[in-house]
Amino acid sequence: MIDRATVLHVAALARLELHEDEVEPMARELSAVLEHVETIGELDLDGVPPTAHVLAAESRLRPDEPRASLPRETALAQAPDASDDGFRVPSPQA
Amino acid sequence: MTDPIDLTAVEAAAALRRGDLDARELFAAYRARAAADDTNSFTWLADGAPESVPGAETVLAGLPIAVKDLFCIEGVPTASCSNLLRGYRPPYTATAIERLQGAGATVLGKTNQDEFAMGSSNENSAFGAVRNPWDRTRVPGGSSGGSAAAVAAGLAPAAIGTDTGGSVRQPAALCGVVGLKPTYGTVSRYGMIAFASSLDQAGPIGRTVADTALLLQQMVGAGGQAGSATVDPRDATSIGWQGADALGIPSADRLDGVRIGVPTELLADGVEPGVRAAFDASLRHAEALGATVTEVTLPHARHALAAYYVIAPAEASSNLSRFDGVRYGNRVQAQGDGLVDLYTKTRHDGFGPEVKRRIMLGTFALSSGYYDAYYGRAQQVRTKIVEDYRAAFEDVDLIATPTSPSVAWELGALTDDPVAMYAQDVMTLPVSLAGIPAISIPAGLADGLPVGLQLAGPAFSEPRILDAAHALEQAIGFDGSAPRATVTASGEQAR
Amino acid sequence: MSEVAYEPVIGLEIHVQLATRTKMFCPCELSFGEPPNTRTCPVCLGLPGTLPVVNQEAVRLGLMIGIAFGGELASRSVFHRKNYFYPDLPKGYQISQFDLPLVSGGRLGDVELERVHLEEDAAKLNHAGASGGIGGSTSSVVDFNRGGTPLAEIVTRPDIRSAEQASAWLRLLRETLRQLGVSDVNMEEGSLRCDANVSIRPVGETTLGTKTELKNMNSFRFIEQGINAEVARQTRILQSGGQVEQETLNFDPRTGAITSLRSKEAAHDYRYFPEPDLPPLRVPSDLLEAAQAAVPELPLERAERFRAELGLHEESARLLAFRRDLGDYYEAVVAAAPADLDRQQLANWVGNDLVRRLAAGAGEDGADEDAGTDPAQSKVEPAALAELVALVQARTITRKAGEQVLDALVAEGGSPQAIVEREGLAAIGGGDELRGIVEAALDANPDVVEKLRTGNMKPIGVIVGHVMRETKGRADGGEVTKLAREILGL
Repeated sequence: MIDRATVLHVAALARLELHEDEVEPMARELSAVLEHVETIGELDLDGVPPTAHVLAAESRLRPDEPRASLPRETALAQAPDASDDGFRVPSPQA
Repeated sequence: MTDPIDLTAVEAAAALRRGDLDARELFAAYRARAAADDTNSFTWLADGAPESVPGAETVLAGLPIAVKDLFCIEGVPTASCSNLLRGYRPPYTATAIERLQGAGATVLGKTNQDEFAMGSSNENSAFGAVRNPWDRTRVPGGSSGGSAAAVAAGLAPAAIGTDTGGSVRQPAALCGVVGLKPTYGTVSRYGMIAFASSLDQAGPIGRTVADTALLLQQMVGAGGQAGSATVDPRDATSIGWQGADALGIPSADRLDGVRIGVPTELLADGVEPGVRAAFDASLRHAEALGATVTEVTLPHARHALAAYYVIAPAEASSNLSRFDGVRYGNRVQAQGDGLVDLYTKTRHDGFGPEVKRRIMLGTFALSSGYYDAYYGRAQQVRTKIVEDYRAAFEDVDLIATPTSPSVAWELGALTDDPVAMYAQDVMTLPVSLAGIPAISIPAGLADGLPVGLQLAGPAFSEPRILDAAHALEQAIGFDGSAPRATVTASGEQAR
Repeated sequence: MSEVAYEPVIGLEIHVQLATRTKMFCPCELSFGEPPNTRTCPVCLGLPGTLPVVNQEAVRLGLMIGIAFGGELASRSVFHRKNYFYPDLPKGYQISQFDLPLVSGGRLGDVELERVHLEEDAAKLNHAGASGGIGGSTSSVVDFNRGGTPLAEIVTRPDIRSAEQASAWLRLLRETLRQLGVSDVNMEEGSLRCDANVSIRPVGETTLGTKTELKNMNSFRFIEQGINAEVARQTRILQSGGQVEQETLNFDPRTGAITSLRSKEAAHDYRYFPEPDLPPLRVPSDLLEAAQAAVPELPLERAERFRAELGLHEESARLLAFRRDLGDYYEAVVAAAPADLDRQQLANWVGNDLVRRLAAGAGEDGADEDAGTDPAQSKVEPAALAELVALVQARTITRKAGEQVLDALVAEGGSPQAIVEREGLAAIGGGDELRGIVEAALDANPDVVEKLRTGNMKPIGVIVGHVMRETKGRADGGEVTKLAREILGL
């Protein structure tokens, strides 16, 4: 029920490359899981509110008090391609 | 004098505080064992005890602990067992670990896990599968498989794991140790590499119920000057738990007046006979200790699996979007690649198959046109499950089930069948969706492999759960030692 | 091709950077031109394991905006994740309010508002050109200093009918936000950013046409130009029988060109879902009270008060009320003036004469056209200005002389009376002194007198000018004319 086109569309949304030999197995496995998931389609859930947060009913707010930021070397330390002062990426407009 | 390796965490901490045990020696003894480990439980080991060993004035006084890889520790390799993050060293430490260190614990090493905590067998790890200390051809359970195996194999006195749908309780059950998943929100999630935010919760794994209580006290921030658990200002979902004061080291040996419910729906089918027998035996122990055992109904529990495998992947698909090869992690890029190539190649090569499957599942469930049918409905089912538990706890104090429908299975047996693998979580998922606490304790053996008993209670009922689990633990009298390797002074292993 | 007349239908989406000290979800200080990536922390870099916590001051400022617009403040609002990949978005999603915003409805002037919601700003992508990183390709460098800055997004209903109306309303909005003190509202620095949703429809039609979203307009002038260009583009399409496509467009103010921003990859599907790291936002009552107490009288209310209580013309009332510094100064002048002094005259002196002089002194400041023209910062005391206007109204000095006095006040401050005495600017009274000067002027201009006698009063200006020269501007022009008529028996 998940076809090849859907798999490729979802992979594009998720920025996942799938090699040609990965597409069909992915479609099959997702279909199997979704087939099970669809058992919740049987339930009568009209008017039932959704639960997004199970216990914390409301957000705690933070006072507007500054804390020290990271030194730039620390911020950039783990970057795969750091320039002198930032994180380098291929230009999105290229 | 007994071998310090044989001391429980509670005993070892007491000996360290008294000065009867030297923290450096204890650390070195465990480090030697961990270095000779053949279960693949660790991804990284500390070189030695820290320069300044915590003093006797602290609660844990230098007790070594093993920490699941996904907890960020400043300067320590933290990859959540993903190739994408292999080699990453965070610039900060998770709150739960900071609190344990503040109470005197020392980090022995990082433990193996399923990649990004996605799995029930610890086979989805970029660092290789973990082997069950009871039978090295079998899985330890997951996703905190390394933490459970390390404790079971005597490689660490205690360990910290995380539980999203059973990831502390199930490996504890399969490895014959104790695992506790606290009430959602009582332990800060700050610094835990997220899998599914609304479900993830850190929990302790120990040889005894008392050991898990000892660690839980520190993880929630109890026992400090404030007297009750402290909120973490860095986690908006963390809860200031006033009742944490009552969280002592459990000592109950009776269950008089305790009402235990057994949910008929979850025991209907799929439970292995050996598991069922051990479970029934533990219920008879409970009755002998004075508890009453009755049936309860959780009408929507059987839909928990479906709801969970929408909600958790949906949240995960978003949580894992940050792994894009820009600020950290291992980038995959070829000459002339554009931005989109950078993303897709980095994520293709960095993520393992199960992680990709769940990202795909979650992205699909949230995508335009499918949200209401999948994510929206799953959240409604979650509401029904919360209501089911609320109603059940009107009649009983605790709900008992086996932790896992089966004992540890052979490595590789379920890897090609995601649905069968997911079904292993059927007992633990409803509890996770409801956000309530539960413990898994060893209930005995089936075919020579450990069986776990799960006890769940209402939110913030940890003190009651720990007391009941302790009393049952004494009555069951499980011999907690997995067939253990002995390590010679030189670190050579002999069997 | 029939010539159908079209009317534009315009709605605006305005992003306002809130004037907090720290970012929306982490305690990093906001950045004002610091070196790149020096205002970051594990949270705003999106490091694994980090979590957002809402800045309470951002909520308070958002509430103030809602209160100022008379919108409905949500007792419970919810943050969602808006998922998409871009290098300026460290988590792969933006935390933003979606179906349950902080404020719903409200109005400012003639435009109704849809909503006001809170969200976090993206980081900055600096395009670096050819790089040494990956051979040959161009690269960009991400600076996360701005990432996570708190934003209020204000969305209007499609109530605007022209580019000029859009820009005028946006000026009112900017001034309202400035007077609220919730933002720096500087368009060129990006603390106020405006996108426009533009559609057109035949006049008289009530259904909406297909709209486009126009981005990248960072000045009032560009907004007018951009909307006009887009309306013209859509009109051309419809008149040639085509259909407008729903898309996001970029306006280039240098060339006036409009180009599509549609990405080449899969269509956007933001997969909104409730942010699991942030429980719903319930506004604490003390925070709401603090927001209510902090909302000052706003430009439109003040203009109405100036009209109703002080009798100002609409235009003067708006001029003074729409700039807080002018309004405050004007009220100080009124307070220092005697009760019988004309309020409109006071308004003219403050809003025209004084502001013009201060603006000339401040020079051109591209960033803010009003910079340096706050009269409270000038040497002109409110009481001195009131005294000056009183002198003019009592005809102790002429208006012309009054302007000279004002020049002196702007330059050095002091008392008008003293300046009048020092400079000898007192008006030449209506008595014989002036009559003599007028007579002399008439004698000196026989040709003018001839014309005046025939009833042609036009050249009287020559006489007035002559007298003014003689008196160094201390004579009243009206008085001169009156005397000339008397002398000539007209």
